[in-house]
Amino acid sequence: MRPFQYTRAPSLAEASNLTAGENTLAIAGGTNLLDLMKLQVETPGQLADINRLGYADIEDTDDGGLRLGALATNTETAVHPRVRSDYPVLSRAILAGATQQLRNKATNGGNLCQRTRCFYFTNIDQPCNKREPGSGCGAIDGIAKLHAILGTSDQCIATYPGDMAVALSALGATVEISGDKGERSVPVRDFHCLPGDTPWIENILERGEIITGIVLPAPVGGTQIYRKVRERSSYAFALVSVAAIIELTDGKFSRADLAFGGLAHKPWHDPRVGECLLGQVPSDALFDKAADILLEDARGFGENDFKIPLTRRTLHAVLSQATEDAA
Amino acid sequence: MTVHFKQDEPDNSNRLDGMKQGVLGKPMPRIEGLAKVTGTAPYAAEYPVENCAEGVLVTATITRGEVTSIDRKSVLSMPGVIAVIDDEKLCTRAAQGTANEAPMQGPAQVCYWGQPIALVVAKTFEQARDAAKHLNVEYRVEEGAPLDPGEVEPEEQEDETVHQGDLAHAMAEAAHSIDVTYTTKGHASAAMEPHAAIAEWDGHKLTVHASLQMLNYNITELADALDMEEDDVRLISRYVGGGFGSKLGISEEVVAAALAAKQVGRPVRVVQSRQQVFQTVMRRSETTQRLRLAADDNGKLVGFGHEALVSNLPGESFAEPVLQSSHFLYGGENRELMLNVARIHRMTAGSVRAPGEAVGMPALESAMDVLAEKVGIDPVELRLRNIPEDDPEEGLPFSSHKLAECLKQGAQAFGWENGPRKPRQRREGEWWIGIGMASAARVHNVSEAKARVTLKADGTALVETDMTDIGTGTYTILAQIAGEMLGLDPKRVLVELGDTRHPRGPGSGGSWGAASIGSAVYVACKAIREELATKIGTSEDKLELNEGRTPTGESLTDLLEGKDLAREGHYEPGDIEDDYTASGFGAFFAEVRVNHYTGETRVDRMLGAFGFGRVLNAKTARSQCIGGITWSIGLALTEALEFDPRDGHLVNCDLAEYHVPVHRDVPDLDVVLVEERDGAASPIQAKGIGELGMCGGAAAIANAIYNACGARLYDYPMTPDRVLAGMPD
Ligand SMILES: Cc1cc2nc3c(=O)[nH]c(=O)nc-3n(C[C@H](O)[C@H](O)[C@H](O)COP(=O)(O)OP(=O)(O)OC[C@H]3O[C@@H](n4cnc5c(N)ncnc54)[C@H](O)[C@@H]3O)c2cc1C
Ligand code: SF4
Repeated sequence: MRPFQYTRAPSLAEASNLTAGENTLAIAGGTNLLDLMKLQVETPGQLADINRLGYADIEDTDDGGLRLGALATNTETAVHPRVRSDYPVLSRAILAGATQQLRNKATNGGNLCQRTRCFYFTNIDQPCNKREPGSGCGAIDGIAKLHAILGTSDQCIATYPGDMAVALSALGATVEISGDKGERSVPVRDFHCLPGDTPWIENILERGEIITGIVLPAPVGGTQIYRKVRERSSYAFALVSVAAIIELTDGKFSRADLAFGGLAHKPWHDPRVGECLLGQVPSDALFDKAADILLEDARGFGENDFKIPLTRRTLHAVLSQATEDAA
Repeated sequence: MTVHFKQDEPDNSNRLDGMKQGVLGKPMPRIEGLAKVTGTAPYAAEYPVENCAEGVLVTATITRGEVTSIDRKSVLSMPGVIAVIDDEKLCTRAAQGTANEAPMQGPAQVCYWGQPIALVVAKTFEQARDAAKHLNVEYRVEEGAPLDPGEVEPEEQEDETVHQGDLAHAMAEAAHSIDVTYTTKGHASAAMEPHAAIAEWDGHKLTVHASLQMLNYNITELADALDMEEDDVRLISRYVGGGFGSKLGISEEVVAAALAAKQVGRPVRVVQSRQQVFQTVMRRSETTQRLRLAADDNGKLVGFGHEALVSNLPGESFAEPVLQSSHFLYGGENRELMLNVARIHRMTAGSVRAPGEAVGMPALESAMDVLAEKVGIDPVELRLRNIPEDDPEEGLPFSSHKLAECLKQGAQAFGWENGPRKPRQRREGEWWIGIGMASAARVHNVSEAKARVTLKADGTALVETDMTDIGTGTYTILAQIAGEMLGLDPKRVLVELGDTRHPRGPGSGGSWGAASIGSAVYVACKAIREELATKIGTSEDKLELNEGRTPTGESLTDLLEGKDLAREGHYEPGDIEDDYTASGFGAFFAEVRVNHYTGETRVDRMLGAFGFGRVLNAKTARSQCIGGITWSIGLALTEALEFDPRDGHLVNCDLAEYHVPVHRDVPDLDVVLVEERDGAASPIQAKGIGELGMCGGAAAIANAIYNACGARLYDYPMTPDRVLAGMPD
């Protein structure tokens, strides 16, 4: 860890001001940032503490949706009565992540911005294009079991590791952002970026921009499932995860919002997967077709080849379960 | 006064059973438990030492070569930095268990990625850590260091080799034969307390608070590393937050702290980071194991082959003793056993809980399941039919042998369904359910041990030894043994451990601690009893003591007449070791569920039945077994060290990415203690127990996976990707 200045941001405007500087990062729960600072993966000269800014409430929106404060904790969000009753996929996704202690500290804004768990990213004595542009990618010919199979580039094959954002993507939530140039709202599905030639850019936040909230649309009902596949049953990142909101009318799919975790540098949402299900009667052949579309461009890197069949099978499991539950 | 006892003959008098206090074997809670859970038991780094500077190790970022320069100036001007130490006495590896000499020294030579090469000392930990990362080091790299055990010509460990009869012929002729190859990945001890030391000099006398398992050996290792007399060194390890083999020998931070403290003229603390502990201390070697089993129509073994390939750094004597129990567990007159070591440049391989059997038994016991299926008999029955009369290689009798009882009692308690078995018979929703079993075996070790027992004039007792309690219950069982022998409530027995000023014990390792040091305490107490018996004109074997009184009501305080009575017990294993094969035995039973879609495996319930001699404390014994079974779950399903194929560095070097089982992975575990008295094992008829609980358990899970879903797997750990690859459609 490098020595750093600590400043408690007194206002949102000041937080923006501070983080607009080259060398300043916002700190919320610190569960990701402090670990990375200890390893000198992150070396900010200054931390702007945003914990006292407010934005910690969970409140109804005018159109019947729900606004989750960026500084509300993961635990507060997961146990909120409306989240549990109206957006169970979100509650389940959050509870499938990390541990109780971490979730008590982790915030919703920080969770969206959490960085990859790639082994080479977190070891500063190894090459990594994300941490040190141009140094090479240690994972591509290295240990890459956890790595991406979709949307990779020859610069980086890391995954976005989180769970909450996968559910938010299936729900079609929106991120509220405030910066020195004003406020803007960005769909969660567009918030994270693919690595391309700039793997160090992970999301669309500009310098000086602070996430203030996440807005969930009015509840859609349906059967909501969050399925996380992992080696041990807790305290492990997803090998593959699926967030699904499914509705059947007259035995046919009338809603199929699906997002996937563990596959790419962002929560993966391919609208064609859900579309191919709509109006169809559930069947193994149909689920296969959905998987074919999803995995059309999938590419493994040896160690993570298994994610391709695993994703197919997990999608089968989720769609079968949803069909049963809905029937 | 020292009383020496060398055991040359079995002791079946079972004297401890005739004592009157009745505390031995009772499930007494751990004496130091409250202090630990309330945070008042100080661990190595927590001793309040004034004016203590902080050291952080600098580690190599090359695999093999030489450090050509260290640019001290690059950090000496940084705030708080006091010194950069690259003394040639710095250790670059941890000492192997019982090495009794300094481990590899000379930080300029680099042999593995992550090897300590220097220490930065600063006023605060944060300053030292920052400076350590800033230190500019130049290397001359020696390319081409072999990293993959498969790519080098291995060295045969000749003392492990057995050629008996003609295995190839037996395989060809036998009614049933199997030839299967298993792999296991490397494992880490992953003890909670990181390796840490605080060193303090007083003139030429050195005191080190460290987190170590075997002070008796560690003091010699440290003195040797520093070119000092042992008498000038004092080591203290009163509480150790888990060791599991990783603290058997001194590791790099101990010597670094001592050298630094000398150089900077004030105490220095060095705590390894979690990543450093993973990368520098000790790994369990990965293994490749070929099992050849040949059996007649009835499943009786006629041929037994077990060959293993393990790895270590050049210059290390340790080779994971994979075949240890394979030498005697089952019969079969045609035998071929061989252990090979590949010299590669991954971090040092050494002891991790149950070295040998931890990985050898899962392979053997899974192969036995394959054989049972082939022969068409129940796997419990297959084991029962193959328990040898005597050691099949040495011809020696067993000191005691409870495998059959463990198999039978375990099967009954678990509700094992007898008969030939077929996979894929039970399904609940997405989950396949199956059961599996395996035998357990772990060689029994004992070692020379000394302890002083003082019966105080006030009627309390004091036990002193440098033996450690690494969370296993040593404090408690020694209070129970002394209490039983002297007729005292264990609450009146003060046990002081973990200080080399006390008589030297064997340390904690190889499951030998309790039986060895317990015997030393027994010998000392017996001598005290003799004194007391003389005082009241009776003989020791007739002396009955209970609650501090004789049967005629005399109190110990009266007998002692205001004087303390102290005896040092010195126990030494004698010729008996050459007369018997001694081992703990047991059986595991597991029920698992395997997800048809995802290949995830979860253990639903698991039971272990174990026979390991006298149970000294039913609670701590059970806890050891539960811990062992928990390790079996990790070994079977999740634990794997992953090494980079290009530079050999350990990539998953923290507890988030090296997956030990979490609470949710560990279901209700059941333990059946099959108690026995093993008079040849130790004077207190106890055997080792700390490791037995993980010697074979992973095979019970592997066999249950096959029984559940039909995936017959040969590679541990059985992660979802492997289960899916092996699962029939
Ligand atoms: C061992 C371990 C296991 C874990 N397992 C999982 C898991 O299984 N699933 C999962 O989803 N997560 C997991 N996590 C990650 C955890 O969820 C995140 O660390 C946490 O959500 C981050 O939130 P925080 O408030 O602590 O963020 P911080 O650490 O404070 O910040 C993280 C980053 O976000 C930025 N940031 C924070 N708030 C804002 C804001 N409002 N606006 C702009 N930028 C902001 C910070 O500048 C920083 O770069 C795990 C973490 C650990 C340590
Ligand atoms: S995958 Fe991405 S994060 Fe990992 S080493 Fe390569 S560039 Fe770095």
